[in-house]
Amino acid sequence: MNLENEIALVTGASRGIGKAIALALAGQGATVVGTATSESGAESITAYLRDAGHKGRGMALDVTQAEAVESLIKQTTDDLGSISILVNNAGITRDNLMMRMKDEEWDAIIQTNLTAVWRVTRGVLRGMMKARKGRIINVGSVVGATGNAGQTNYAAAKAGIVGMGKSLAREVGSRGITVNTVAPGFIDTDMTRGLPDAQRDALLGQIPLGRLGRPEEIASVVAFLASPAAAYVTGETLHVNGGMYMV
Amino acid sequence: MSNIEERVKKIVVEQLGVKEEEVKAESSFVDDLGADSLDTVELVMALEEEFETEIPDEEAEKITTVQQAIDYINAHLQG
Repeated sequence: MNLENEIALVTGASRGIGKAIALALAGQGATVVGTATSESGAESITAYLRDAGHKGRGMALDVTQAEAVESLIKQTTDDLGSISILVNNAGITRDNLMMRMKDEEWDAIIQTNLTAVWRVTRGVLRGMMKARKGRIINVGSVVGATGNAGQTNYAAAKAGIVGMGKSLAREVGSRGITVNTVAPGFIDTDMTRGLPDAQRDALLGQIPLGRLGRPEEIASVVAFLASPAAAYVTGETLHVNGGMYMV
Repeated sequence: MSNIEERVKKIVVEQLGVKEEEVKAESSFVDDLGADSLDTVELVMALEEEFETEIPDEEAEKITTVQQAIDYINAHLQG
């Protein structure tokens, strides 16, 4: 297993893509700390890791709370060692047409999907700089590249992640730290299950592979970027979308 | 040479990968010792750890030479 002795932090790991990522990294031997906004979510993470015979645990965290982020990183480092893999996966949607979008809907997305990514990343950098290695993997979205009606806020945040990641990749490359983005297309999760059937069918017509993706199909790409095999990949965005958007 | 001076110089040698004889009190990290901006951030991190202190960003920006680092530690080291 190629992630033995690595400590991975995965935000938003109680379900969907985050859960699949946590299981994939743990399956490669990493010790995984997965976060969820609620205590019950954190317990479910601890349970699924344990049931699969993996190392790690769930922790409750609201990524928008700066102090909570700081203390979680400190506690993890004290208990397990320096975090060597960070997967910024936690994200929310507040869709609305721009004409109708409220300031709160914009702010909530920017806070959770962009500012929190920046803050959690800053929090783990010191340890990675000292270790002279680290893998930062941000979960973006195809809509950050293509745009999507009703998602001006979400698309802005997801595009923001890409620019931030490229800049950071330049800053810390000399210290053996890579920064990459994985941009999922439409994946079968709670987030996309909320779509109306008509919209879902229209979407499928845009996807050459003719189906939604599975969370595990995103997780395997994240696991690749976290692995020694991806040592020379940085500042990159890997689109995993069944061909609906080709760069 | 004081103990603090020796410890600061040792950290500079380790962090910047320079020879001990190159590190003089008046040496500038960037101009004389070839540090880039990230090196200076790491240097401050290393000083913080060695001397178990926190150097605020606005103070850290003023530490650009070996002597300034020694002076800062001397002025702020408790006990």
